[in-house]
Amino acid sequence: MWELDSERPVYIQLIEKLKADIISGYYKPGDKLPSVRELAAQALVNPNTMQKALSELERTGLIYTHRTSGRFITSDESIIRKLKEEAAVEQVREFTSSMKQLGFKLDQIIELVAKLLKDEGNQEV
Amino acid sequence: MRAILECRTLNKKYANLVALNNVNLTIERGKIIGLLGPNGSGKTTLIKLINGLLVPSSGEILIDGKKPGPETKRIVSYLPERTYLPDWMKVADAISFFEDFYSDFDKGKCMDMLKRLNLNPGMRLKNLSKGTKEKVQLILVMSRQADLYCLDEPIGGVDPAARDYILNTIISNYNENASVIISTHLIADIEKVLDEFIFIKDGNITVHASVDDVRSREGKSIDTLFREVFRC
Repeated sequence: MWELDSERPVYIQLIEKLKADIISGYYKPGDKLPSVRELAAQALVNPNTMQKALSELERTGLIYTHRTSGRFITSDESIIRKLKEEAAVEQVREFTSSMKQLGFKLDQIIELVAKLLKDEGNQEV
Repeated sequence: MRAILECRTLNKKYANLVALNNVNLTIERGKIIGLLGPNGSGKTTLIKLINGLLVPSSGEILIDGKKPGPETKRIVSYLPERTYLPDWMKVADAISFFEDFYSDFDKGKCMDMLKRLNLNPGMRLKNLSKGTKEKVQLILVMSRQADLYCLDEPIGGVDPAARDYILNTIISNYNENASVIISTHLIADIEKVLDEFIFIKDGNITVHASVDDVRSREGKSIDTLFREVFRC
């Protein structure tokens, strides 16, 4: 599902979504991407905008174009791993910053997270 | 490549009403452009001038460098605000009509799209719902391999799910050398498919810009901007 909000540039949101699909493994290393037109139709956006997003991803090395057969996800798993780590760091930053806004100190946050995860772990067993 | 549409100090007056006032506008190929403005702002007047249904009071309008006439009608595919297909026609009659009129009409493509909508060419237009009739007409218009598509309020009369279908039909059927002008006041529904948008107010073009440029500069949607600019 492509959910786009209306305040931010469309192409930036397309880049984020495609990156998320690569990180989550929806697209695997070496996978062929659908054509610009197909992707644009899925996301219900302008093909030019999709093209712009794909060019941007190409610039970062995450996808590449094979002259005759289309676009592919990089097979270089280290690039994808790096992207995944960046995304994780971003999530943790956001989380800790909102926790700090709530008035928690770092050691309290860690303690709380550890406790919650432990409880959840126990429930699953 | 030559711009697909060019207006130079274009004016249109009806009796003592100024419908278009000194419009200067260039539209390049390969773009989807939203022509956005409140009721009575001049959207339909501009579209009718492009299609040669009205003549300018002064100034010039050029399609692929030519004045509106048989040559330009060959490359412009027009969806008017209201349907002009007579009620007695079957869908198949309307298809033959388009086939006779336009050498760039792709019947295979048209049948394909109708089939995906589960529409039977044997059905009579008068038995179709308003929304379905609008879809049929859009399919006919988008089945041409035109250079410029002018769609006057293509999503006005249909529900949100049908709007998505219509947008999908538009983005998957124009080619990279063609441009699409969509006139509407339902901006929120279409702004993500637009490259550029034009605000028209009392016959004047007040903004002509790229959607993503405005979103990154202003941090707001075109719909929000419209509500601010056209606040009553």
